Amino acid sequence: MEINIYQKVGSFAENKDIAKKIRIKEILPILDANSDIILDFKDVESATQSFIHALISDVIRKHGIEVLDKITFKNCNITVKKIIEIVIEYMQDHT
Amino acid sequence: MRIHLPNSVWIGNIDQFISSFDNSNTNILEITSHKKWVSVHPVVLCMITALGLLMNKNNKEISFEKMEARSKHYFERMGLFDVLNLDSEMKVEHHEPTGRFIPIQIIKNTSMLEDFIKEMIPLLHLQPEKVEPIKYIISELVRNVFEHAESQNGAIVCAQYYKKSNTIRIGVVDSGVGIKNTLKRYYHPVSDLDAITLALTPGITGTTHKIGGTATNAGAGLFFIKSLTKISRDFFLIYSGNGAYKLLKDNKKEIKLFSDPLKDHHSKKESYPHWQGTVVGIDLCLNETLNFNKLLDLIRNVYRESRKEQNKAKYKKGKFI
Repeated sequence: MEINIYQKVGSFAENKDIAKKIRIKEILPILDANSDIILDFKDVESATQSFIHALISDVIRKHGIEVLDKITFKNCNITVKKIIEIVIEYMQDHT
Repeated sequence: MRIHLPNSVWIGNIDQFISSFDNSNTNILEITSHKKWVSVHPVVLCMITALGLLMNKNNKEISFEKMEARSKHYFERMGLFDVLNLDSEMKVEHHEPTGRFIPIQIIKNTSMLEDFIKEMIPLLHLQPEKVEPIKYIISELVRNVFEHAESQNGAIVCAQYYKKSNTIRIGVVDSGVGIKNTLKRYYHPVSDLDAITLALTPGITGTTHKIGGTATNAGAGLFFIKSLTKISRDFFLIYSGNGAYKLLKDNKKEIKLFSDPLKDHHSKKESYPHWQGTVVGIDLCLNETLNFNKLLDLIRNVYRESRKEQNKAKYKKGKFI
């Protein structure tokens, strides 16, 4: 299953309310069904740490860090990739 | 209340301006200004707007002494008189503001923030990579107001770009509950300054006592913003209640980030006149040193170091006598 982030938030991913909605309505149900998921960041130029945190932190908290085996981050530019890496790293300290 | 706009206020010298703020009589807001020239940081305009909106809301009087300074048109063009429903008695030809400033905006909800972020980009007329950190800062600060401040007037934002120094000065102000009251729900800050210090520490948020935050709050926003300012080697001010913390310019060759804000080159004070809410002022030099990706690497290192410290603290050691 693939989720296109740009279609939901545009080129600047900062809206945490939308991040939360994606997490609750799409990411978690897909993972609960034991399916893999691709988060496609094509055309997303930048993201805030708050957006990425709202998108994935609770997924890691609920499913454990092994959930990353089921999530693929696609088409991330270097900035988005670094922010995702930071969130993943600090979430591992708090799970 | 009384506010006097002196000849010049920027973050470097804002201490005197804050100290002179008289908040004793809340039935009237009296604003006076330097007679010849007034040049102020956008954060000052946001502060006056926040106070003025509270006065208007409570049907209290605003007495804005007629400005005589030659720079008075700046205040008109930034929209100060408009947002406060005051007659400036100035006739100003409004030019397209592209390339210089973001007039005062009152942002009360998410859709207003999204519109504002889209609209401010052409106003600044900067290269896209220079706009990224500005968008980032405004988004994070305004969302902090929505989520923590309980401010009825939302977030008040304005900014000014200075071409000569290639610097943008940003103000984001609210008249909400203040940082100490937000953090008091889960922490025990002993003073406003203590609360500010906690708020600047990564992993601490007003939504939980758990380090690392909740599903929607990581407690990292202010730390990221302070860090951005630090790598641009510029000023960052946060003032709430009676306390204020100011990140000072750091001219050391190598920039090192600290999770503890008191390890940064800073000044602090906890006896300022009480500000109901939170004031954030930022100067951001947009030259090559402001590399967002470099910042992210540095932030990652801070988290790693802090993890090492936490792990050290977790492991018990044998007692030897």
